[in-house]
Amino acid sequence: MNPWLEKQRHLIDFTLASLARRKTRNIGLLVAYTLLVFVLASLTLFSNALRSEAKYVLAGSPEVILQRMVAGRHDLIPPGYLEQIGRIRGVQKKEGRLWGYYYDPVLNANYTFMARPASEVADGMIMVGEALARERGLAKNNTISFRSYSGKLFTFEVAAVLSPDSELLSADLVLLSEDDFRRFFEYPEGHYTDIALSVANPQEVRNVAAKLTAALPDSRPILREEVQRTYQSVFDWREGILLTVLAGAILAFAILAWEKAAGLSAEEKREIGILKAIGWETGDVIRMKIWEGLLISLTAFLGGFLAAYVHVFHFGAAVFEPVLKGWSVLYPKFALVPAVDGLQVATLFFFTVFPYTAAILVPIWRAAITDPDAVMR
Amino acid sequence: MLFQPAIIALLLAAGLAVLMLLLATPFALQVIRRWDIGSGSEYQLILERRTYLFSTLVSFVLVVQLGALLLFVFNADRLSAMFVGAMCAVGTLNVNEWGFPALIAQMLVFFLAAAWLAINHVDTQARDYPLVRIKYGLLIVLLPFLAASFWLQFRYFSGLKANVITSCCGSMFSTEAESIAGDLSALPPLPAIWLFYSTMAVTTLLALWHWRRRGVISGGLLAVLSAAGFIVAMTGVLSFVSLYIYEHPHHHCPFCILKPEYDYRGYALYLPLFAATAAGLGAGAIQPFARVASLREVIPRVSARLAALTAAGFLLFTAIATWFVLASNLILIEH
Repeated sequence: MNPWLEKQRHLIDFTLASLARRKTRNIGLLVAYTLLVFVLASLTLFSNALRSEAKYVLAGSPEVILQRMVAGRHDLIPPGYLEQIGRIRGVQKKEGRLWGYYYDPVLNANYTFMARPASEVADGMIMVGEALARERGLAKNNTISFRSYSGKLFTFEVAAVLSPDSELLSADLVLLSEDDFRRFFEYPEGHYTDIALSVANPQEVRNVAAKLTAALPDSRPILREEVQRTYQSVFDWREGILLTVLAGAILAFAILAWEKAAGLSAEEKREIGILKAIGWETGDVIRMKIWEGLLISLTAFLGGFLAAYVHVFHFGAAVFEPVLKGWSVLYPKFALVPAVDGLQVATLFFFTVFPYTAAILVPIWRAAITDPDAVMR
Repeated sequence: MLFQPAIIALLLAAGLAVLMLLLATPFALQVIRRWDIGSGSEYQLILERRTYLFSTLVSFVLVVQLGALLLFVFNADRLSAMFVGAMCAVGTLNVNEWGFPALIAQMLVFFLAAAWLAINHVDTQARDYPLVRIKYGLLIVLLPFLAASFWLQFRYFSGLKANVITSCCGSMFSTEAESIAGDLSALPPLPAIWLFYSTMAVTTLLALWHWRRRGVISGGLLAVLSAAGFIVAMTGVLSFVSLYIYEHPHHHCPFCILKPEYDYRGYALYLPLFAATAAGLGAGAIQPFARVASLREVIPRVSARLAALTAAGFLLFTAIATWFVLASNLILIEH
């Protein structure tokens, strides 16, 4: 074998034996280290999973949503507006959408009402989201009444409960026919809430948006990529904030590592003294100590990361959920799709191993320069 | 400024590197002025002991810088989702005028760090530390580069604001663009392929020659050729390798190949290329000291090993690039 590799192998061998000789002391450090990696890794894994979930969910939304603005506020789309857009090259489909919010005093929650074509939902029927059905105890063929904003009571029959797979999107959703929607909200005939446009080529989206604003100066196009970007920013920002809060923990850990490395026991000092007396150089001792740090780091990183993976993807990240996920009365239940991102792992590795190594360098050197005669006397 | 974990990590790494080098500077000055290996005075003993600390600290800092380059590019690529019009790292780096200077500074720091680490390694192998003064002198030279890199990164990251319309790689690396990148991309494929393969062959052969013969001149030449090889390799990536990877005759971007859509193939290309170039530069950096008495044995041994690494790196890079070209469905040159 290559002599260099041979040397490192023996150094590792020696280091492991020497670590095993001081079990309790090293296990204490290892547990603290693993815990730190666990907390930070849970944080990054969870926010990364949320990011990819948001990306996944938004992938199915229309490329451009057009809203009409009056005095800077969102207003209804008046009749004839859709025709005014005319034919824009690259737009595959444009349709007026009807949706609104309904406050239900029973649950103290807001529902989203959305109109679908008669071919999907018949008059007098509704489809409800899984979370809503759960909270109100609804099943197929049940009837439910809502008191509209004008004070009239409307009764609907539940045609179906939407599949739990789509719960992230449909938790609070009520789908009803267009006629029912207009009657329930007394929505003016010919008006729409907004317009959804689908654009096939992603590179055309900005041109389409520019043409829309030119044709309809009182409108505001919202692009899917903008929404995606905003979500990404929000999750990045939340992650960054938590990380800054946890910086205290990282610092505390670095101090602990420094203390552990600096407070050499008499036995350890004697060991280094003997090693130097039998011919080890200062460089060798430093190398041995660096191996020790690396072994502890890698073990803690691996252990902490695996624990975090289980915590996030099997137990739903119970510790960080309230901060990162947000809150709502009708909160959807959803399982996170396991996703591990290289950049996240690299960053995490940096945030844990870098402070640890930086903290132990000076104590390592202090230990390594000990004179053999001073400690063996 | 974007509040993003990877950005915080990069700034922290660069800031700590500058801080540690600053702390080491007074010691470096002491070493340069008062180092005398022949003396047995207590002061010399203290200096000798401290060199262990500072060598370890600086090595640590520079090794971190090697990793930081990877993280920087990785992060720039990932951030492209945050900027309108940015589709890969080019867009992100173009968000403000500090992006590309920051990348180039980081690359420069990477290669300088590699050269310093090679000199340090050689020095610790010798009994009498013959290069201590030079090493610490170079450290002081290195400090402004690290500081500049930190400053550029800070300006770049603090100037990042999502939603700025940036130019996409399509306009920068298109053949009409009047810039160095554009000129390199405009190279017609056939001469580019000839230049690429001949330079790679010459560099690899020289590295192999130096590995066997260990001469001073071939070592110095190896550094020059490694640097040239790096530039030609990048030209090759710009002018034809990327085209074959994208299977598109006009997309010359050297950053999009880092994306998952292209199976992260860029990393397979760049990692051996950077390692080979760094090793070649390192082999050259230690040659001026080949005549120092205590290094007469050490330097040929170390530079032969570095040359082997250079040869292996360039060979691997060329093999991977060739494989990408052969496996591609694009027909750029008709027979």
